[in-house]
Amino acid sequence: MTAFRTLAAIIGLCLVTAIGFVAIAWRSPIAPVPPPNTASFDRELLRRGAQLAAAGDCNACHTAPGGRAFAGGRALPTPFGTIYSTNITPDPDTGIGQWPEEAFRRALAEGVDREGRQLYPAFPYDHFTLLTQEDVSALYAFFMTREMVTATAPENEISFPLNVRMLLAGWKLFFFRQGPYQPDAAQSAEWNRGAYLSEGLAHCGACHTPRNRLGAEKASERYGGGEIEGWNAYALNEASPAPVPWDTESLRLYLKNGWHDAHGVARGPMAAVVDNLATTPDADIKAIATYVASIAGPVSAERQQAAEALVAAARNPAGKSASGTETSGEHIFHATCAGCHESERPLPFGGVNLILSTGPSGPNPHNILNVVLWGLPPADGARSPIMPGFAASLSDQQIAALLSYVRARFSDKPAWPDLEKKVREARNAGRPDTVYPAHGIDPAEAMLNRGEGP
Amino acid sequence: MTSALVTRRSVLAGTGALVVSFSSISRALTQTLDTGQREKPPLPGSLKENPFLDSWIRIEADGRITIFTGKAELGQGIKTALLQVAAEQLDVPLASLKLITADTSQTANEGFTAGSHSMQDSGTAILHAAAQARAILVVEAAKRLGVTEETLKTKSGAVIAADGRKLGYGELVSENFLHLEAQPQSPLKDPASFTVMGKSTPRVDIPAKVTGGAAYVQDMRLPGMVHARVVRPPSYSASLTNVDTAGAEKLPGVIKILRDGNFLAVVAEREFQAIKAMRALSAAAQWAQKPSLPKQSELPATVMALPSQDTAIIDRRQEGIVAAKKLEATCTRPYQAHGSIGPSCAVAVWNEESMTIWTHTQGVYPDRQAIAQMLRLPPEKVRCIHVEGSGCYGHNGADDAAADAALIARSLPGRPVRVQWMREQEHAWEPFGPAMVTKVSAALDEAGDIADWDYAVWSNTHSTRPGGAGSLLAAQHMAEPFALPAPKPIPQPEGGGDRNAIPLYHLPSARVMHHFLPAMPVRVSALRSLGAYMNVFSIESFMDELAEAAGRDPVEFRLKHLDDVRARDVVMLASERFGWDSFQRRLGRGCGFAFARYKNLAAYCAIAAEVEVERETGRARLVRAVAAVDSGQTVNPDGVINQVEGAILQSASWTLYESVGFDDTRITSIDWSTYPILRFDAVPASVDVHIIDRPGQPFLGTGETGQGPAAAAIANAVANATGKRFRDLPLTRQRIKNVIGV
Amino acid sequence: MKLKVNGSEYEIDADPDTPLLYVLRNDLALNGAKFGCGLGQCGACTVMVDGKAIFSCLTPMLVVEGKEITTVEGLGSIDNPGPLQRAFIEEQAAQCGYCIAGMIMRAQALLQKNPDASDAEVRAALEPNLCRCGTHMRILRAVRRAADLMRTAAHGSERRAP
Ligand code: FES
Ligand code: FES
Repeated sequence: MTAFRTLAAIIGLCLVTAIGFVAIAWRSPIAPVPPPNTASFDRELLRRGAQLAAAGDCNACHTAPGGRAFAGGRALPTPFGTIYSTNITPDPDTGIGQWPEEAFRRALAEGVDREGRQLYPAFPYDHFTLLTQEDVSALYAFFMTREMVTATAPENEISFPLNVRMLLAGWKLFFFRQGPYQPDAAQSAEWNRGAYLSEGLAHCGACHTPRNRLGAEKASERYGGGEIEGWNAYALNEASPAPVPWDTESLRLYLKNGWHDAHGVARGPMAAVVDNLATTPDADIKAIATYVASIAGPVSAERQQAAEALVAAARNPAGKSASGTETSGEHIFHATCAGCHESERPLPFGGVNLILSTGPSGPNPHNILNVVLWGLPPADGARSPIMPGFAASLSDQQIAALLSYVRARFSDKPAWPDLEKKVREARNAGRPDTVYPAHGIDPAEAMLNRGEGP
Repeated sequence: MTSALVTRRSVLAGTGALVVSFSSISRALTQTLDTGQREKPPLPGSLKENPFLDSWIRIEADGRITIFTGKAELGQGIKTALLQVAAEQLDVPLASLKLITADTSQTANEGFTAGSHSMQDSGTAILHAAAQARAILVVEAAKRLGVTEETLKTKSGAVIAADGRKLGYGELVSENFLHLEAQPQSPLKDPASFTVMGKSTPRVDIPAKVTGGAAYVQDMRLPGMVHARVVRPPSYSASLTNVDTAGAEKLPGVIKILRDGNFLAVVAEREFQAIKAMRALSAAAQWAQKPSLPKQSELPATVMALPSQDTAIIDRRQEGIVAAKKLEATCTRPYQAHGSIGPSCAVAVWNEESMTIWTHTQGVYPDRQAIAQMLRLPPEKVRCIHVEGSGCYGHNGADDAAADAALIARSLPGRPVRVQWMREQEHAWEPFGPAMVTKVSAALDEAGDIADWDYAVWSNTHSTRPGGAGSLLAAQHMAEPFALPAPKPIPQPEGGGDRNAIPLYHLPSARVMHHFLPAMPVRVSALRSLGAYMNVFSIESFMDELAEAAGRDPVEFRLKHLDDVRARDVVMLASERFGWDSFQRRLGRGCGFAFARYKNLAAYCAIAAEVEVERETGRARLVRAVAAVDSGQTVNPDGVINQVEGAILQSASWTLYESVGFDDTRITSIDWSTYPILRFDAVPASVDVHIIDRPGQPFLGTGETGQGPAAAAIANAVANATGKRFRDLPLTRQRIKNVIGV
Repeated sequence: MKLKVNGSEYEIDADPDTPLLYVLRNDLALNGAKFGCGLGQCGACTVMVDGKAIFSCLTPMLVVEGKEITTVEGLGSIDNPGPLQRAFIEEQAAQCGYCIAGMIMRAQALLQKNPDASDAEVRAALEPNLCRCGTHMRILRAVRRAADLMRTAAHGSERRAP
């Protein structure tokens, strides 16, 4: 009897939980509408939408390498399997052409698609939820006026039980707080604007904050450095490994131009981000820089001094000849790297002096490895740094020797352990498409953007 | 008709030269007799300056035949075309001929290999020289065989009699056999009988080039040769204030460090040693520089503000034109680079007070004169031998590298010195194609025809080629420098900045102004097609705008204003082969058309292009191009096609991507990162070139006819695809996106 | 240091950091690999190492010790050209020709790995290599033709095999 009752109670509880869960998880579809007339949108709204879409880096995930803009199909590796981005062009059948604005809004704010399905947080609605109504409207207008592309993304490669989308509702219970953004009255308007953009649309934390085992950003380690597509998104908080500490001004220039002379050029997935930010209004970039700089807090006098010494050393051409230990790593460095990285070629197109680069000082060699293996591909028809990849010419052991030399010479950090194994892993992961070409870093083109051009 | 009459009019005392008037087999004879007392008409092609037949052709007693040309192979296939001409007119197998190209101690002085002139100058000279040589051989054979010339045939290097008797060319020649002055008229073969000319012939230089044969000056390895590198100043304005050479001197293999004013160079036994020493030297050098360059973002305004010498190259404007519509436009072009894939290189050796230089210059004689002046030597003490380099497309660093090699070699007597420029040196120091601005305004009458045309072009010179030591970088950088000679405009009808500034269209009232700008803030010179690229881009873009304003189809509008039949032919052929009339314009896809006759006196070229423009990125891509070309008598059809294909792709690269970057002090385009050009991802799906052959007509030259029309066809297609007109070159994705992005 | 180039072993006496390009050109007097930029931006210096196309201008000699190095000279000779060389001659795929040896070597590495490479794959593979003369259309045609030549040759030898 007791046993029966207990069982009944358990079953009952389960049922209630299940029903309750389904009640939460089940979302009703929103009826499709015919694609809106593109002429119906206000031009100013469209212009803002374009800027916002750029700040949101939407094209980076929603465009397959070599594919049509926003037509989806890009593979996004996650610890749980590969997710393919969807087509967000206004194609009525394969894109979002039949989505009313309300459905678009719900996807951004709640992570639920038009048909009521729960969305994976690879689509960072945990950030987009902070967006204001007006910004969502502008984005909607922008996407509804893109060129229609008929394209269906491949099926996600996620195994049971994670492929049961309903379960995402449970994930949301723990890790998702719906917006919109609540300003911090103690901070300046600029800071708040920066926080709104960085935390929301630009979703900086999606890459720069480490994630827990369930794939949610760790609240306790905000901006402590994360990983994306096999790249380090370096820590932006006080743990930042940048040899020269970032401040508002250097961040502003870096985000605006895609490079900074004391840090080098954005690469990996960040290259796409800065490419997009080139069209973001200066005030917004400044706001983002202000907010992000505040995450790390003020720089100690000591660190500042060390940084200045590094910059001075980097500028001294005579200091560029190597130490002369004549290891194979050094030989390789001379023949393969020195021509650009120890030359007079200025940034952003010349090689950065590696004393200033975060790569050799990083917590692990992922980024420098990706660059050494796959290089930086040329942007088509635009000025951009070009670095050849060395995957074909250097063995794991040779790359390991090179990186040990680089680490020893250009950072004050201890040697990276298991380097050869890491080279092998990165090589096997084989994602040369994660080194995005940088289209937007030409200073002359930046002038064109601001209407100052020739 | 009597048998051949070879009149030895006189033997010039002292020179031993025979001035011979001969004639043979028909036309030429009558001509010679007719014109006996009158002034001779000018000799054809480069025979004008170099009339002796043996300047072009020499036949040895063993039958070997050598052809000489003062022009150089630049990758345009000229060697093959010239050999075809000679083989055809001499009736010898092409493979049996040897060809010597530009060499100051062996070949005629034909100036520069430039301006699509090689076939017109050298091709024409060889055509006539070969035909005359053949006639002389026939005359000689007739004499020996005791038959009349009419009964003789030539074939495979022999003269053959009707009865089968045969005399090889070698058997017919004696010493100085062809040391005769050419005649104005030649017994040219009937084009209908051609077996070599007019037939696609595999290029003689390609097999070695694809198998690693020695093909380039870069490939030269002379015994005892050493490797030099120059440390060029960081900018035009830089002067060397101090350099501690001790570190570089100690490096392994270093033989010599040479400093002469701002000229700094290092020589080492091995090439990579020279590079390392160059890097060390460069790090040790201190330079004083000052901002001397204009603002890149204000380039058009800067160009227009430079003092100018103004010439109306045509001025037949009429007063009181009643215009139904008036349109105007301003177009701009930035500085653009030659950007040869192989940076310049030269080898020089100073032996017993004379200098020998192997160089990929376009002009061995002018280069010799300039280098001799720099070294303060009589020109006879300097020999310049052309050896191929990477494609040059005009005046690039070749002459400067030759001067570098000579200057360095003089300090190391007896040792051949190879100077190889680094990529950044080629990019930063080559003389660029000048920045230009054009302004055009025109009126349409009631019928939609052009009633009035007013055009102006602002440009630097398009040639600072060696015309003295001052053109050479080394000479400018020496402690006792030579000054750059004052620039001069290239006169019409060829023109420089104003090349092709006069439209070929029928214009009842027109004025064209050339604003020549002597001051050159950036080093400039000849880039393939000179001003024609920009003028044709401007004129042909504007023709489209006018057609649109007139509500007419662009091709039909052009034909309406074209009288020249050959021009009309290429326009109609290109539009037909492209499928112009049936082209379906779609979102982001457009087509464009353009036409020009290069220099208004060389080849005719019409191009239709299809372009795709991606709205989100602004990226424009040439999808397809169809060209029709008439370059007169075609010698090597496949060679012509190759040249025009190349012109279209190169022009697409210029037009869509290219501009030289600079800051207030230095050139910042120093490699392919900073000077992007066409890569394979943007190569069109197809490029078709159709030739209209004109047998028997003069050669018109092909190398530079396509650049202008290709640029305009692309720009017109972009306008067609986007509904917006872009008048500033290049049509970068950013520029397009800024206009059509949202 | 010992290098294996086009099937032969050579003892090279040069600094170990010397880029392979200079060893090939100066020590072994092979003209195929060209200096174009020395920066890995143009592909003029492309050769094959263990079947992969690499930029010899940025590859120090020491890292290719013991590996199979192939230059354009190793694919055939002027009298007996290899399939790619033949195809380039037949298509007249050169203007100045300076870029061509590099193009051929990159194409060779591709076709060795993927004899049925599509047009898109050929374009993608050739992306690192620049041609300034605008010979691209012919280069693409020549690579296609070479792939055909190689396929027929392969079939032929299969048939001949016992
Ligand atoms: S020379 Fe090696 S890539 Fe250009
Ligand atoms: S053929 Fe001249 S660079 Fe390619």
